[in-house]
Amino acid sequence: MTEQHAQPHERRILGTELLWAFGVGVLIAAILSVVVFTALTRDINPPSNVERIDPKTLHLSGEFAEQNLGTTVARDGGVTVRIITTQFMFAPRCLVVPEGRRVTLRFASPDVIHGILITGTNVNTMVVPGFVAQVYSEFTHSGDLLMPCHEYCGLGHSEMWATVRVVPESEFKPDLDGRVACAQR
Amino acid sequence: MRNVERLCLAHFWVAFAAFLAAAVLGTWQMWVRSPLGANVGTPGQYFLSVTAHGVSMAYVLTIFFIMGFGYFVAVTALGRPLPGKLWAWIAFWIAIIGVVMALVPILMGQASVLYTFYPPLTASPWFYIGLVFIVAGSWIWCVLMLVAMRQWKRDNPGRPVPLAMFATVANSVLWLWTTVGVAIELVFQVIPASLGFGQTIDAGLARTLFSWTLHAIVYFWLIPAYIAFYTMVPRAAGGRLYSDTMGRFTFILFLVYSLPVGMHHLLMDPEHGNGWKFIQVLLTAFVSVPTLLTIFTVTASLEIAGRLRGGRGVFGWITALPWQRPTVLAAGLAFVMLGFGGFGGIINMGYGVNAMVHNTSWVTAHFHLIFGGSVVIMYFAIAYEIWPSLTGHDHASSAPLRMQLWLWFLGMMVMTLPWHWLGLQGQWRRIANFNYADPIISGWGPLVIVSLGGGLVLLASALLFVRNLVILHGGPLPALQRPLYALAVHPPQRVPAALNGFGLWNVLVLILMLLAYGYPIAQFVITPSPGAMVHRVH
Repeated sequence: MTEQHAQPHERRILGTELLWAFGVGVLIAAILSVVVFTALTRDINPPSNVERIDPKTLHLSGEFAEQNLGTTVARDGGVTVRIITTQFMFAPRCLVVPEGRRVTLRFASPDVIHGILITGTNVNTMVVPGFVAQVYSEFTHSGDLLMPCHEYCGLGHSEMWATVRVVPESEFKPDLDGRVACAQR
Repeated sequence: MRNVERLCLAHFWVAFAAFLAAAVLGTWQMWVRSPLGANVGTPGQYFLSVTAHGVSMAYVLTIFFIMGFGYFVAVTALGRPLPGKLWAWIAFWIAIIGVVMALVPILMGQASVLYTFYPPLTASPWFYIGLVFIVAGSWIWCVLMLVAMRQWKRDNPGRPVPLAMFATVANSVLWLWTTVGVAIELVFQVIPASLGFGQTIDAGLARTLFSWTLHAIVYFWLIPAYIAFYTMVPRAAGGRLYSDTMGRFTFILFLVYSLPVGMHHLLMDPEHGNGWKFIQVLLTAFVSVPTLLTIFTVTASLEIAGRLRGGRGVFGWITALPWQRPTVLAAGLAFVMLGFGGFGGIINMGYGVNAMVHNTSWVTAHFHLIFGGSVVIMYFAIAYEIWPSLTGHDHASSAPLRMQLWLWFLGMMVMTLPWHWLGLQGQWRRIANFNYADPIISGWGPLVIVSLGGGLVLLASALLFVRNLVILHGGPLPALQRPLYALAVHPPQRVPAALNGFGLWNVLVLILMLLAYGYPIAQFVITPSPGAMVHRVH
């Protein structure tokens, strides 16, 4: 191919590449729009509260002391569940949540890195020692769900799981302190 | 080739020995986790195996393969002797010492922290120091690649660096940036803790530093496959590279965008704010650009080959391609796996779906398909392509080569498609055994067994691969000299300096890293998080 033919041909190649690049740009813009749209309209955001807590003392006092673990209903009706994730168990091992109501889940680890998911839902967070991990969700069906530790935390990792018991509103009965536990049923 | 054959072969055989051992371990792990292996193995053995599998595949196979391939490209693409061959051997032995130092504690069960560490869990210090040695050896390789390019440019002023070498140097620059994160984590946090200095570790900081390395390392693994896509595949198909400039641009984009995106591995972490996560998701979206550009350029190059071979019509050029040639077949299979894996990757990027799939089998499936599938199948193709010039013997028949590639593809699909589905069902990762008596878990059993079948096919393919290479060392057929790298449709006479070196792009990487990681790392200094107690596993 002579020099004067090469120039227009190279420009045509560049033209096809720019057309493709434009398509790629549209695709990326569309994907990012979905991320931004769901974040703004449906509040779909990653768990990012950046709240520090000392892993060495969190069990001694405050919200992760033994008597405060599990499900609590505040005076305003807000449901919060506090859970300690530790090698190789959850405290408590079973938690009760009401069906169809917003529930806030708060996790803290006194030892190593853990993580949780609840099967069949999009509840998912890492639990990093030094930080409180917080997620919220609304459970749409009653029944028992599995909540395993999903991050390697040592040789007993495979045995670390808890049960999430979703109960209909009629069976969700807090006691006088606003507390609900699995054994009450 | 001038006497670098032994150097290249030494690197490749270390890589492939680690690969074969890791393939055996991986298959064993799948058996243990399946309903068929319910009473097999202890958790101690299982996590020892996972650690050995991860370290072998992610560090030993990749680093040694990439170093060996880099030396090969430097000599063949630049057409001149390798500078500093003694240093290359020193780097090799430093890395070998590192492998032994890391392997012994792993096999003794004193380093079962997986290849991603998870401090405040701490292993035997020898494990981490061994990994530092492997990386130190690879840093010498990076310098040698830069020196080789510089010397060639000095002797060929104004001429464009051949694309294969340009991409290899891009990868070595990328690797120098990539390893800084994990090096800081190991040298300043984990190794002191494992030696007994200090009782606590800032786990959030350690995760953040590791995330710096964790995504870019995948592109370090992947770039040799892309070098083959741009140079060896069009040549093997009998065509030309559609655009040399687009190739350069692609490798530059990999260098720039694969680094400031690692926090997408921390989307579900509590130690970073939403805004920083969003910035890195934004940059993550751009890292799909070089791959999408590659698909276009390589497909166009193959179309040229197909039409030169008489293919007509919109799709006729596809059937006209020489699919019986292993390199062309491998590229086709790699593209299919890249399609599935890339689609999965775009899904992982969105917050909403990431919350469903984070730390489930979906993610395991995603990276096995992209790395174990697309990338490793191109490692096979590269080995088949260059083994004749390394050993001096040619393949007697390409049938066993094609058979091996097909087995790898089928095994990978049969293994990973069920994993994707199980991940959506909530099957979580890194588990030594599942309680199949549980009503939620029992339904997963059949699919787990199907994926084990895929694992067995992969193991058969791995064995056949090693056999196909071993027999060339004593083969009867002398190798023919043939070109390795495709010419471009318009071979570049001159390219702008920005497309012929990396100075400008290093500045851009620095700016993007400061933007994306500056505050997220600084926050741990500004407001130190309470330390987590060191937990020894040995």
